[in-house]
Amino acid sequence: MSNALAGATIPGLGWSWADLLFLALAGTVLGAALTVVLGRDIIRSGLAMIVSFAALAGIYVMLDAPLVAAAQVLIYIGAISILVLFAIMLTQTKVGPARLVFHHQAWAGAVAAIALAAMLVGVVTTTAWPDTVGHQLHTATDALARLLFSDYVLPLEVVSVLLLAAVVGGVFLAKRDEPRGEER
Amino acid sequence: MSHSLDAYLALSSLLFCTGMFGFLARRNAIAMLMSIELMLNAVNLAIVAFGAFTPRLTVHASVIALMVIAVAAAEATVGLAIVIAIFRNRRTPLVDEYDTMRE
Repeated sequence: MSNALAGATIPGLGWSWADLLFLALAGTVLGAALTVVLGRDIIRSGLAMIVSFAALAGIYVMLDAPLVAAAQVLIYIGAISILVLFAIMLTQTKVGPARLVFHHQAWAGAVAAIALAAMLVGVVTTTAWPDTVGHQLHTATDALARLLFSDYVLPLEVVSVLLLAAVVGGVFLAKRDEPRGEER
Repeated sequence: MSHSLDAYLALSSLLFCTGMFGFLARRNAIAMLMSIELMLNAVNLAIVAFGAFTPRLTVHASVIALMVIAVAAAEATVGLAIVIAIFRNRRTPLVDEYDTMRE
């Protein structure tokens, strides 16, 4: 976060503006994620997912990781969300949204999720993480590029091959089967 | 608050558990895939948060987060293609009606 915002406090509340921004973004992320998970209409779930991704990009900006924020906007909001929305439109049945959105055993999943959330939040807030500092560090994009094309060049190439394989596999899986024995 | 690692990790945990509940509870296959995306986002947030507060990891965390985003894109492509292929045969996106192999 920029230093100009970090210093000033909101009159009356005593919070800094950065805290207020973090709370607003975190609330948006969690609220939109709950809408995705609990929403009855799946189109609205898809749109709430976009809101959640956008607020998360804001959190990445607050964490001073600009390239990850840009990738979040480009790939998640630009590509994956559109893919999901198209898949929703292709798989909507004519009878409308199903009456029963959740499985019958959804309560077990809810109990497991709440238990895991309580455990994780308890653990991460009580653990003293080693080697951490009390202020945020800026991720320099040029250093990132240098690292990406020196130490991480093999993973980069593997990921590019994986993406190519995924695109070819996706096209193969989703394409309509040709009727056999008519043309030839 | 916004300058402590704990707040970001707690947000990441809550987001992960939200996605986990969605994956376990939703009947629609695409809603399950969306929940997986939420979980991947939560993990990415944890990685970037650790990077932002640990000097040795700062640049590495962003690189790893970018790799995770790329793999998530590949996963979404193949997953949605599989859902569409199944939908073409069974005419339903609800996973509890995919019971051919049970019989």
